[in-house]
Amino acid sequence: MKTDSHLQMRWMELLVAACFLGVSLLVITDSLRVGNAWGTDGPEPGYFPFYIGCLLFGGAAWIILQTLWAWKQDDGKEVFAEKHEFNLMLLMLVPSAIFTAAIFVLGIYLASLVFVAAFMVWQGKYSYFKSIAVGTSISAVLFSFFEVWFKLPLPKGFIETWLGY
Amino acid sequence: MVGLLIMDELNNLLQGFAVALTLPNIGFMLIGIFLGVLIGVLPGLGGANGVAILLPLTFGMSPTSAIIMLSCIYWGALFGGAITSILFNIPGEPWSVATTFDGYPMAQKGKAAQALTAAFTSSFVGAFVAVLMVTFLAPVVAKFALNFGPPEFFAVQLLTFASFIGMSKEPPVKTLLAMMLGFALAAVGLDSVTGTLRMTYGQESLLKGFDFLIAVIGLFGIGEILLTMEEGLAFKGQKGRISLKDVIETWKELPKYWATSVRACLIGCWMGVTPGGATPASFMSYGTAKRISKQPENFGKGAIEGVIAPETAAHAAGTSALLPMLTLGIPGSPTAAVLLGGLLIWGLQPGPLLFTEQKDFVWGLIASMYLGNIVGLIVVLTTVPWWAAILRIPFSIIAPVIVVICAVGAYTVHNSMLDVVLMLVFGLMGYAFKKLKYPLAPLVLALVLGDMAETSFRQSMLISKGSLEIFVSTPLAGSITCLALIMLVWPLLGLFKKLNRG
Repeated sequence: MKTDSHLQMRWMELLVAACFLGVSLLVITDSLRVGNAWGTDGPEPGYFPFYIGCLLFGGAAWIILQTLWAWKQDDGKEVFAEKHEFNLMLLMLVPSAIFTAAIFVLGIYLASLVFVAAFMVWQGKYSYFKSIAVGTSISAVLFSFFEVWFKLPLPKGFIETWLGY
Repeated sequence: MVGLLIMDELNNLLQGFAVALTLPNIGFMLIGIFLGVLIGVLPGLGGANGVAILLPLTFGMSPTSAIIMLSCIYWGALFGGAITSILFNIPGEPWSVATTFDGYPMAQKGKAAQALTAAFTSSFVGAFVAVLMVTFLAPVVAKFALNFGPPEFFAVQLLTFASFIGMSKEPPVKTLLAMMLGFALAAVGLDSVTGTLRMTYGQESLLKGFDFLIAVIGLFGIGEILLTMEEGLAFKGQKGRISLKDVIETWKELPKYWATSVRACLIGCWMGVTPGGATPASFMSYGTAKRISKQPENFGKGAIEGVIAPETAAHAAGTSALLPMLTLGIPGSPTAAVLLGGLLIWGLQPGPLLFTEQKDFVWGLIASMYLGNIVGLIVVLTTVPWWAAILRIPFSIIAPVIVVICAVGAYTVHNSMLDVVLMLVFGLMGYAFKKLKYPLAPLVLALVLGDMAETSFRQSMLISKGSLEIFVSTPLAGSITCLALIMLVWPLLGLFKKLNRG
């Protein structure tokens, strides 16, 4: 039995249901804090969310029980994602996260340039020249579209201040 | 009396055309269609998140021009989805999945031009029938809805959400969970009735709650990119070029399939008004066409009916989804939900009053639906090769560019970097949800309607002093509530049947 070459559906199912369970507890506790009963002038603010929380709790518990019920039968055969597929997904997710973090430091224009160019070199095996050219033009289009045409300021970093914009 | 009413609508419609046919509005219409087809063709950008990303750009426009541009983006996206399905066997949009079944085999046989012409034409027919329905039915529904009180509104909202549970292909429990998550997220922040802070857990940044636009951009945009990346797509497409001869020959052939078209229109309109949306409508229509056809064995091998049926229904549904949005303030699809969010941002209150207070806006929009679809049909028929060329751009360029576009879109909603981070989180969530078969549409709709549903619920409770009986107290509210409850127990009936047999 090969279970190490893919992510099992049943574990992901449990993980996501557990997240739902966690959310439901957050919702229920807070609804109880602000009051879920009938106040002097009508329903208290937690009245509606309380039931939402209960439904969330019930649904998540149902999924967990269902998954555990079928645990033996399933035997880890159902695939959430093959390892290499999952890695491919991470190859997109991690750079995107780095890109988001980079916006804080570099501003969106420089971060986009670097992100697009780096991704092209790394994933598409393009030459440095081509990649930087595409990255630069994307940033230039963004800049003229938002900053110049629509006058919607996007986050900027030291480069823009240095260029005096 | 009826004749008088129709005259009235025609008059309003003519005024609407006068609004829509000004030069700037025609310009916005064209921009909208082009952007829409582009969005429809690109993976990761679709009607809902495309409109969400472009929404901030319209904050400075007049609401009428803004809605004309945004709704044209929607039509464009509906058209664009067909191009990728037929030429590349990649559905650019969920509602064009069913189009790949027969569209791609047709393209493989060298009949791409026929398939594309059939798809675009039936899209147009579907949309046109739906717009006709909106034109004449919407004012009636709006007039009727003027008498609605909080219990009736809540009953309609209950029906909306119940039909999601009753009709979705996904497991009902998961539909329920996704929906409740939407409601929970909608409740975060300042409670509009009492001014209490809810579920912020001391985080000041949560004060204004979660914006559904961010959720839409993340769930549909980033989530889709992650999924596409995982599939390791290499775009290998068929050549697509449509000559005038192809168009005329296909058009000659199409009237033969009028029955398929009519059925597809009916399915589409029904699924659009009840919040089934375009995607289930296209599948249902495809299934029905196959079941009724005299040669069901041809389906899946390039039957032209297999293109006509889903495309007509998807467009009819996508268009008629605007009817409940305009008249009741309840969107029939995620994209309609984003447009509804737009209305709120521009300071318009969707609902029955819109038809009496914002005549120019409503009728301008309806007129632009006619014009937008005609313009869209001409644009896609003439420009197919360009769009096909865009898809030949490798994914290693497209993917980061789309992430950048999504990030910019998320940022511009509130000029907040936190939103960009949230967008990524929603993206990961969208990826996991898609894989585990949690539906996304109910989550988005609950997030949009959460406050409204809660307010009408609380108002009803105030009227009735806490008794749930109010929802069956009037014949109107009662029958809607009953319908909603039937929808809710629908999946249970199926379960019983299975148990009986098993």
